[in-house]
This record gives sequence, C-alpha cells and structure tokens, in this order.
Amino acid sequence: MISLDDPRKLVPLRDQAHQVAMNMLRPISRKYDAAEHEYPKELDLLAAMIDGLSESGASNGAGAGGVKRDEDTADDGKVKNGTNLASVLGIAEMCWGDVGLLLSLPRQGLGNSAIASVANAEQQKRFEGVWAGMAITEPGTGSDSANISTTAVLDGDEYVINGEKIFVTSGDRCDAVVVWATLDRSAGRAAIKSFVVPKGTPGMTVERLEHKLGIKASDTATIRFEDCRVPAENLLGSPDIDTKAGFGGAMATFDNTRPLVAAMAVGCARASLDLTRDLLERAGVDIDYDRPGHVQSAAAAKYLQMEADWEGARLLMLQAAWMADNGKPNSLEASMAKAKAGRVGSDVTLSCVELCGSVGYAEGELLEKWARDSKILDIFEGTQQIQQLIVARRVLGLTSAQLR
Amino acid sequence: MSAPSRHGVSSRDSRDPIGYAVAAMNKLAQSDLLDRLGIRRQTEKAVFTVTRSGFRTATTAGRAFARAGRRGRAGTRPGAPRSRGVFDLTPTEDEQMLVDVVTELATEVVRPAAADADAACATPDEVLRAGNEIGLPILGVPEALGGLSEERTAMAGTLVAEALAKGDLGIAVAALAPGSVATALSLWGTDEQQATYLPAFTGDEPPAAALALTEPAVLFDALEPGTTATRIDDGYVLDGVKSLVPRGADAELFVVGARLDTGANALFLVEAGADGLSVEADPSMGVRAASLTKVVLDGVRVDEGALLGADDGTTYAECVRLSRLAWCALAVGTGQAVLDYVTPYVKEREAFGEPVAHRQSVAFMVADIAIELQAMRLLTYKAAGRVGAGKDARREIGLARELCASKGMKIGLDGVQLLGGHGFVKEHPVERWYRDLRAIGVMEGGVLV
Repeated sequence: MISLDDPRKLVPLRDQAHQVAMNMLRPISRKYDAAEHEYPKELDLLAAMIDGLSESGASNGAGAGGVKRDEDTADDGKVKNGTNLASVLGIAEMCWGDVGLLLSLPRQGLGNSAIASVANAEQQKRFEGVWAGMAITEPGTGSDSANISTTAVLDGDEYVINGEKIFVTSGDRCDAVVVWATLDRSAGRAAIKSFVVPKGTPGMTVERLEHKLGIKASDTATIRFEDCRVPAENLLGSPDIDTKAGFGGAMATFDNTRPLVAAMAVGCARASLDLTRDLLERAGVDIDYDRPGHVQSAAAAKYLQMEADWEGARLLMLQAAWMADNGKPNSLEASMAKAKAGRVGSDVTLSCVELCGSVGYAEGELLEKWARDSKILDIFEGTQQIQQLIVARRVLGLTSAQLR
Repeated sequence: MSAPSRHGVSSRDSRDPIGYAVAAMNKLAQSDLLDRLGIRRQTEKAVFTVTRSGFRTATTAGRAFARAGRRGRAGTRPGAPRSRGVFDLTPTEDEQMLVDVVTELATEVVRPAAADADAACATPDEVLRAGNEIGLPILGVPEALGGLSEERTAMAGTLVAEALAKGDLGIAVAALAPGSVATALSLWGTDEQQATYLPAFTGDEPPAAALALTEPAVLFDALEPGTTATRIDDGYVLDGVKSLVPRGADAELFVVGARLDTGANALFLVEAGADGLSVEADPSMGVRAASLTKVVLDGVRVDEGALLGADDGTTYAECVRLSRLAWCALAVGTGQAVLDYVTPYVKEREAFGEPVAHRQSVAFMVADIAIELQAMRLLTYKAAGRVGAGKDARREIGLARELCASKGMKIGLDGVQLLGGHGFVKEHPVERWYRDLRAIGVMEGGVLV
C-alpha cells in the first residue's frame, strides 16, 4: 500500500534527532565554523549518548553503521522500515543542525559505513566502537577512483601500504582509516581493496589539515603511507582479484552511503528553507500552497519551486533507503537521490542567501554558512556528474566503455 | 441459501475496494475489445464537430435526469480509509492489477489512436467505450451507489491516470472527464444529487460530463473565479465563461465553479440544455483529443439543489486540489512516455560514427529526465497517499503541481531536443507530448481523483 509519509515508528527518532540538532549542534555551529580545526569537544558527550541509544535499540539502528543490510522481520509481514530509513531520517535532522558537526561525530564516519557494508562478521566485531575515516581520493585521482595508485603488497601475513591520500574526513581525529589501495595496478578496478589502518600504525602520517569553503568543523586530512604494515585480516571483504565481480565489492559501500550524503544535503537545505520562510513571513511574504507562484510574489514563487525540488530530493532519498531496507538493489536510486539532493542543496542554500539579501549574506545568520557547507555535498561520495553518469548508464543500458 | 455465482470465492472473503474494479476489468480481458481495437487505427474521417469548427452553439439537452433522493440528506461517502503508518512504495495487489489492465488499454488502444485523435480534436467512440467498459467513470463511485470503490480511491485514480496518460494525455483526459463528475458527486453530493445523476454513470452508457474550473483570464487563479453565482429566491444565477473544458460539446452534465455573493467559492451542477448555456470550440496547443471547449454561462438559472458540497469555499478548494493531483498523475504518465521513447532512440541514432547516447551531453539529459520524473512521481504518490488516508494534502499537492508543471515541461522540451529535427515533425510523438505537457499548471479541473 503506497504511503510516503515518514514511517510512524521512526517519527520519535526523527523528532529526537531534531531536538538534539536544535539544542546541541546549533548553539556551537558558528563557533566551530570560525574555529576551524579545533576539536568540538561537546560532541564526545553526544557520541556517548548516540552509542547508548544504539545499544538500547532506541535508535532503530540509525547512524553510520545502519547501512548494513540485515535480515530482520518486516514490519507488517511484507514491508520493512529499518535501519537505512532510520539513518537517513536521523542524519537529515542532524544536518539540519550542522553538517560539519555531524561529520565530526565520533564513531559515525563514512569509514564506519564502509565497514558496515563490506566487512565480514569477524571484522564487524573486531572494529566495533572504532571511529573510522575513509581514504579514497589521491592528489591525482578524484572521481576516477579505479585509477588509484596507492598499493598494498602482501608480505607474509601483513599488507604493506604505500601512497598518499587526501580529503580524509575526520582523518586527524578518527581511530582508524579505511584505505583504498590496489593489490595489482595492472589488474584494474578488480584489484582495488579496502584496508582498515589503525591510527598510530608505523608508516602512517597525518601530513596536514585543509582549510575549506565549508564544513569547517570537520577536519579534512592528508595522510601519507610509507611502508605501512597492517595485518592481512584487516582487508575488508575478499582478497581475491575477481575480475567478474570487478569493482563491486568496494563500490557497494557507495550504494549505501550515497543516500546518507543525500540526507545531509536534504537536512542542510531544510535549515535554509525553514529560516528563510520565517524571515520572509516577517517581511510580509506568506507562502500559499494553493495558488500558483506567478500570482504570488516572486519570492514566494521561488520558495515554492525550492521546496518542491527539496521534497523531490527527500523522497528520492527515502526511496533509496527503503529499497535497501527491503533488500532491493538500489544503485540507480541511490545515485538519483544523491544527484537530486546535491544540486537541490546548492540551489536552495544559495537562493535563500539571495532572497534574504545582506541578512542572508552576513555572518549574523547561518544562511551564508549553509550555502558554503552545501557545496561539498554535491562533490564527495561521487560528484553530480558521476551520479548522472551512473544514472545514464543504468537507464540507457550502456557499459562504462560505451558511455565514458 | 445460495448466493449468485462467486466463482468459488467464499462468502467470508470480501472484495477490497478495488476488487470491484478488477472484477469489471476482467470483463475486458475476456472480451475481444482489445483485439477489435488493437490493430485498427481510427480511419481518417472528416470529423465535423464543434470542437474543430469553432462556432458557438447552445448545448443540446442530453438525457433527462429524473429527480430522485432527498435533498436535505447527506449522500453516501466512500468508506473510512486505513493508514498503517508504514513507508511503502508497493501498490496493493488490486491496484497493480488495475494498472496492468489500464496499461494494456493504453498500449493497445490509446497509443495507436493518439495521433489521429490529436489531429481530429476528438477521441474515437470505440476508445471511449473501451474506457467505459473497464469502469473508468465509476472508479471513484462508492460500491453502495453502483460504483467500484468501498473506500477513498485517490491512489488508484492516480495510478490509473498515470497509466492511461502513458498512452496519450489527450485521450486520457477525454476518457477520465466523466469520472471527474461522478467522483465529485460521490465525494460531495447530497442523497438527491447522487440518486438523480449517478445511475446514469453506473449504467451501460455513461454520459459525457465535465468539471469546468478554468477561465480565460491572464494570471488566472482558480481560487479567484470570475464566474459568479448570484443568489435568487429559489436558487442561483450563474454568469461567466469556462475554458479548456473537456468534451463540453458532448457533455450532458457539468460541474461548474463560481463565486457566491458571500465571496466564497462553490461548485454547481448544471445540466446541458439549460437556458443561457452555450459551448464553443476552444482548440488549444495540446490535449486536443479531449475536444476542448469554452462553456459560456449567460444568466443560467439553477435551483437550490444544484449547489454541490459546501458553500463556504471548502469543497471548491478541495476540488481544485484533487484536480491538480490528477493532472500531476497525467504529467508523470506523459513524462514516462517521453523517457521510454527517447531511450531506444538515442541508442539507435548515430552521429559522428557512434550512437548519440554515447555522448555525455545526450546521456545526461536522459539521466535528468529519469531523475526528475521519479521525483515528480514520488511527490504525486505522497500527495495521493495522504488524500487516500484522509490526511490534509494541501502542501503536498501544491508542491507536486509545482514540480510537475516545471519539470514536466522540461521533459517535454528535452524529449523534442533529443530527437533534433525529427522531434519537431509529427512522424514522432514527442512534439505532441511537448504540447500536452504545457497543459500542466495551466489546466484546472477536467479531471479529478
């Protein structure tokens, strides 16, 4: 039975996340935007609370680890509203609070999602409670992640990793980094594997932290690996170079994390919409959903367009998560969600600054900050163009050799 | 005690709301209608109708609707909806069967008739009959009144409109127009109104009927109708002009929106043949198969019993919203038709030594059509789900309409662009979809879910 309202059983979680965002993240939002690279110590308490909620089951499995596809029973014998939906709903609310702080939450990193997606049961257990960053991008390799040059060579019962990784979110603060490296550069994408490298492993150096346009509360590190040795059992998934399975193993992470990034954009854009609506109303502009935009003010018309786009992004996000919850392949839908949410995030946050004029542009309000924070969400975990490429290939039934 | 044949279904087993629709559909599956129509394109005939010639004519009185029922008594309403609170994108089994049958009709009957119907400004009778045969006009009519629904069927109506528009939007509007009036009677009619008019719709030859809300005014706002309903002793006098009214020349019954002396808006039932009521052709850019007309009301007197629903504006506003929801569904179906058409085309069409689909500039347009179309669909379904569950859907319908109007038009535009010059000529249907999709956001009324 088609019903696209938020699941009744997850509404308490969503509302709780909203309260946390409002009362814990917003008060320190500007502080850590200004104090880039300073550790947001307030988050330790919050992370402990989230751990507690996870343990008690009250979080419905929301969070970075929630992307795992498990086999719970369905809610009504047929349809499941599970951890993936809980995660996107929770993350969207937290990012309504602050994207940078959400990304800085201990033990909620994208590396944790990677572990949840790809690791076997033994690894899941061994890395429980570890805060894991994700290291994919290299100075010479962005979207073209099949082309990475970091190598991992098996030596006895250890892999020796060499290479340089950039743009590692929480790379300085995390306990471990999930590193993408190739076992054999001549074997192409099938040879790319991910490794959990704990902080403090000899040969691993955090070189520097980036100064960024937005999400300044989140540290973005450059990490160098020089003959860095990790136990062979830290390779996530299978060590076999299966050319048929290809990139699937490592890339499977993205099917699970793209809806989460869509959720970040949805949350950030909602923050802008909520405040802008408030400011517009105070300026005498009311939004009427019953009347076409062109018989209202231009500002109201723009608002309606933005909110309609936003609603579309949010529903695409929920669709992708719902499919994951119900064991349906969602690679296409995950990319649709991220493509739409990424561009809507930019349009909404930038347009809200424009609508609010200097009030929106100045640091007195957070609108200008959200317009800076949103940009990364159309870039990391696959740029807008990469998502379009994935969607186009799927819809048109073309291979990566045909549509390059 | 023996019941009529139930095909082995136990008496403890009751049909779901749409179960009745599916039962009706079954008749179609068993008949040879599709075979009769499927391969036969409408022969080119000079259809000299009011919709092409453009002269104004008085409406001819249709059948006599014998007064029945009690005026003061509330009508029968669709049953109370269920809501399980689970996020779900799966149609019910009955809805899926309904969609399958309508999809077959759209593929086998509607699409082959579309180009000629567009040119003729009329949908062939056989096609309309096929739609009647599967119960399109009575999908929203409660079972107790001879219709197909036990409870509110906004979602089923939405899915049907989408599936039908995948065949052709203009024909879909022509086929769904009578249902808009029957659904309005079911949602808001008094006992008298239902007993007087609905038997005609549930009978073998349902009448043409039209929901007339649009007016020929620049910056038209459906909530500010120029048509007036002036109170007189025993009823109302209606004055005004309605535009883009589907099949107005054939309609035997109209639901007309007007503003009362109180300033509130209301709906009125007006029978064809009423003094002062005339129609003229209103052929437009698209939706031509729906035989669009202007309906002129010049001092049309109706009695008190003609007021449909509340006189405080609430019924009127709800009607405007539910009609917009139906238009969203039509936009989604038409958008899907565009996507399904351009996908194989860009893979087959070669330029510079390879299929044009191998170029990102082309492939990304297709990707964006797919992304925005799905967003349109989800907004429409969310709104329909809320209507079906009896929840307020004002915001959701407003947003769905906004997105379907802008992205729907963009899809129509890109559909033509992807075919280049070939998209501009009538050899391909994309130019028709381009014209039809411009109606979204312009049309008010005509269809209703």
